[in-house]
Amino acid sequence: MQRIGVFVCHCGSNIAATVDVKKVVEMVAMEPGVVHAEDYQYMCSEAGQSLIAKAIQEKKLTGLVVCSCSPRMHETTFRKAAERAGLNPYMVEIANIREHCSWIHKDVEEATKKAVILARAAIAKVNLNTPLKPGESRVTKRALVIGGGIAGIQTALDIADAGYEVDIVEKTPSIGGRMSQLDKTFPTLDCSACILTPKMVEAAAHEKIKIYTYSEVEKVTGFVGDFTVDIRKKARSVNMDKCTGCGVCQEKCPSKKAPSEFNRGLNTRSAIYTPFAQAIPNVPVIDREHCIKFKTGKCGVCAKVCQAGAIDYDQKDEIVTEKYGAIVVATGFDTIKLDKYDEYAYSQSKDVITSLELERIMNAAGPTKGHLERLSDGKAPKEMVFIQCVGSRCSDDRGKSYCSKICCMYTAKHAMLIRDKYPDVNDTVFYIDVRTPGKNFDEFYRRAVEQYGVNYIKGQVGKVLPQPNGKLLVQGVDLLDNRQILKEADMVVLATAIEPNPDVRKIATMLTASIDTNNFLTEAHAKLRPVESPTAGIFLSGVCQGPKDIPETVAQAGAAAVKAIGLLAKDRLMTNPCTAQSDELLCNGCSTCANVCPYGAITYEERQVNDHGIREVRRVAVVNNALCQGCGACTVACPSGAMDLQGFSNRQIIAEVDAICR
Amino acid sequence: MSIEAKEEFRPKIVAFCCNWCSYAGADLAGSSRLTYPADVKIIRVPCSCRVNPMFILRAFEKGADGVILCGCHPGDCHYSTGNYYARRRMTLLFSMLDYLGVENGRTRVEWVSAAEGVKFSQTMNEFVEKIYSLGKNVRLGDLRCRN
Amino acid sequence: MNNVKKQTELIKEISGVNPLKCMKCGKCSASCPSFNEMDIKPHQFVSYIVNEDVEALVNSKSLWKCLSCFACVERCPRDVKPGKLIDAARQLVIRQRGETYLSPDEIPQLLDPEIPQQLLVSAFRKYRR
Repeated sequence: MQRIGVFVCHCGSNIAATVDVKKVVEMVAMEPGVVHAEDYQYMCSEAGQSLIAKAIQEKKLTGLVVCSCSPRMHETTFRKAAERAGLNPYMVEIANIREHCSWIHKDVEEATKKAVILARAAIAKVNLNTPLKPGESRVTKRALVIGGGIAGIQTALDIADAGYEVDIVEKTPSIGGRMSQLDKTFPTLDCSACILTPKMVEAAAHEKIKIYTYSEVEKVTGFVGDFTVDIRKKARSVNMDKCTGCGVCQEKCPSKKAPSEFNRGLNTRSAIYTPFAQAIPNVPVIDREHCIKFKTGKCGVCAKVCQAGAIDYDQKDEIVTEKYGAIVVATGFDTIKLDKYDEYAYSQSKDVITSLELERIMNAAGPTKGHLERLSDGKAPKEMVFIQCVGSRCSDDRGKSYCSKICCMYTAKHAMLIRDKYPDVNDTVFYIDVRTPGKNFDEFYRRAVEQYGVNYIKGQVGKVLPQPNGKLLVQGVDLLDNRQILKEADMVVLATAIEPNPDVRKIATMLTASIDTNNFLTEAHAKLRPVESPTAGIFLSGVCQGPKDIPETVAQAGAAAVKAIGLLAKDRLMTNPCTAQSDELLCNGCSTCANVCPYGAITYEERQVNDHGIREVRRVAVVNNALCQGCGACTVACPSGAMDLQGFSNRQIIAEVDAICR
Repeated sequence: MSIEAKEEFRPKIVAFCCNWCSYAGADLAGSSRLTYPADVKIIRVPCSCRVNPMFILRAFEKGADGVILCGCHPGDCHYSTGNYYARRRMTLLFSMLDYLGVENGRTRVEWVSAAEGVKFSQTMNEFVEKIYSLGKNVRLGDLRCRN
Repeated sequence: MNNVKKQTELIKEISGVNPLKCMKCGKCSASCPSFNEMDIKPHQFVSYIVNEDVEALVNSKSLWKCLSCFACVERCPRDVKPGKLIDAARQLVIRQRGETYLSPDEIPQLLDPEIPQQLLVSAFRKYRR
């Protein structure tokens, strides 16, 4: 039997005004197990806490019930007080007689009665409490960043600068991501490569950063502080240690018909390639699908011309297994496919392009060497039409329900840049709303209108019709003028919605990180914990969490890094002791609990058990205390009643039910 | 007519609230001084999925007149999927209880977020009113436990 | 409920459209082939329903100028579908006149499997006067 002390708080008059505190003390003193009961003005005060400590020592209390405010308020306070007095902190229970009683009831008699019942329930629970000890787990002082775009690079740099090892895993042959494909950045119009490339170089040169390009995360096991990750290094067919990056192989490669991913398929590249000139690492990759040597067995030109002898046709995929304490997801985005938007004639005309394609066309290293020209006939356009919200803000199944956030700004940027470089080209922008919240953003948009004379028309485009003369007939509307517009354009640019990288679902599943209906990773709290995943040890950086522009991405990348550093700075992690536990004698190994566990905390082991003298090996459930968050889903799912939750055990809750219904 | 003086009916109502949303919602109802009848007693559980149907049966066995389960809104569960499990289990349990004679009005699942103090108090008021209209629960009660 | 409100509700019910979903992008008007013939433009249908100005809507030329091509229904990004609204208004007028323009016996021979059924129905309502 426990020796329980009950402490009833007045909370000034907050409780005492409606609850007859003395009466409560008198009533609970008669409960089984209660050896001490008293009241005090402010239990949470220094004096109140020393009252508790004194009683614990003098009366040799083994359990504590504090009748006071909500446990969400002061449970930790009283637990710490108990611990200081030598009592296990998990032997403390709170009866919430303020928020759930005195504050909502007016009748003193009624409120007092309820307070007594709430206290009884807490006493009944404490009677069955057992001392719990938080577990400890080690922290591996190394972080993994998935994705090598600006978000991943920034996070990795920040973590590395704090002195921790970081690995970046990037799927493509080079880091840099989407930002490396951009020409200029809003609202300052500085060249994207000029600000990104130094960061890429810095990351590559940093002694604490290791970059795995052309690699993918294959498998993740473990938990916060101790993840084990399998990384698949795809066969590059080029020896990274030998290659000097001279580029002769790319020049001599006879297979030049592969669509260039970096240039969004607007031109072609050789089968052995680096995505772009500033690629890091500057080591090419052989695209085995397009390589003649791999297709027919006859060629080997690159091996012949390579002075360094770096070409290795026999290279195989390699699996690297590493341990990490924290994982940052920075998987970024892609533009949506436009196959459902036939009205914009994207698949019918080469002169209808997405904004990201325009970005490549405008770039000096792009398929047209930076000249604005029609991809169909190479002529310079005179009339440009920009269509906003293509696939964004759609509640039908064709597009995305959200606003892609960056399109208004980059469209203003494109229109402005074109007017600046080619003053004789007319720009028309069809918009629904122009959304420019951000520092110097609206000024930027106004500049496009006022200084550069970009024609903004409020209204959407209904159809783009390719004409026999090669022009594009744009049928739109001017809602403010209540007029339908038919406009002949030379090029149409679609501000295509962005969506999370298609791989993110696979990655989220591996990490047991939650994901929303739009495939964006969910944050632990929409306002207060925006860079953490609800799964401990997983952090979010960049567009994988929601649409963002570059400054926001960098800000979030830094925030994610700080959160990761905060975790890596710890040597050990205390784990919540209120975890599930399986009784191996009752467990029948059915796997039901493992199926409902949202954290993958339950595994199965063959274990030697001693069931009343019968020794045998059984398949039983084992809970990993570091992974278990204590939701209790398994306890209810378990058909044999083997699972129970410490701190909220079946017997404890039933005791509370009994006390309330008594 | 009973021989004893007719006692005023005061229902016993057990409310299971998840720690992250509904319990905080109940706290908010308290700090906003939104009243609801004292017949409701709240039991804190980590998640609505921790509530074993056994607990609810036990409550009715011990003489409860109504049981309500509150959790986070679907999609908002702190443990990501707990409330979905709770919803399925309770749908099944409540239809079984109805079959056993415990009217559907005596059991309820409600999603209350940490910001919905008003909803919590409204729900409790409605629920208590419903229990008053249904009267004492005579089913499932274990007569041996009655005093 | 007054008559106007009732009629508005009726139009919403027949069309199954929630006009509040409209984000006023104007894609309907941009798509409409008979835009220039209309006095009330397709994107305005929605606000007429929201403002419960059914009187003006049922008396408008647009009701009979709509080709029922359903381009606006196809392309509306918000599932508002002005074409359905105008069709419902048309139906309302026909019901009030107590006539039906659709003889069920004639349907089978006129059916073309390529044409959406709803388009067929609304075209009947419009042309068989």
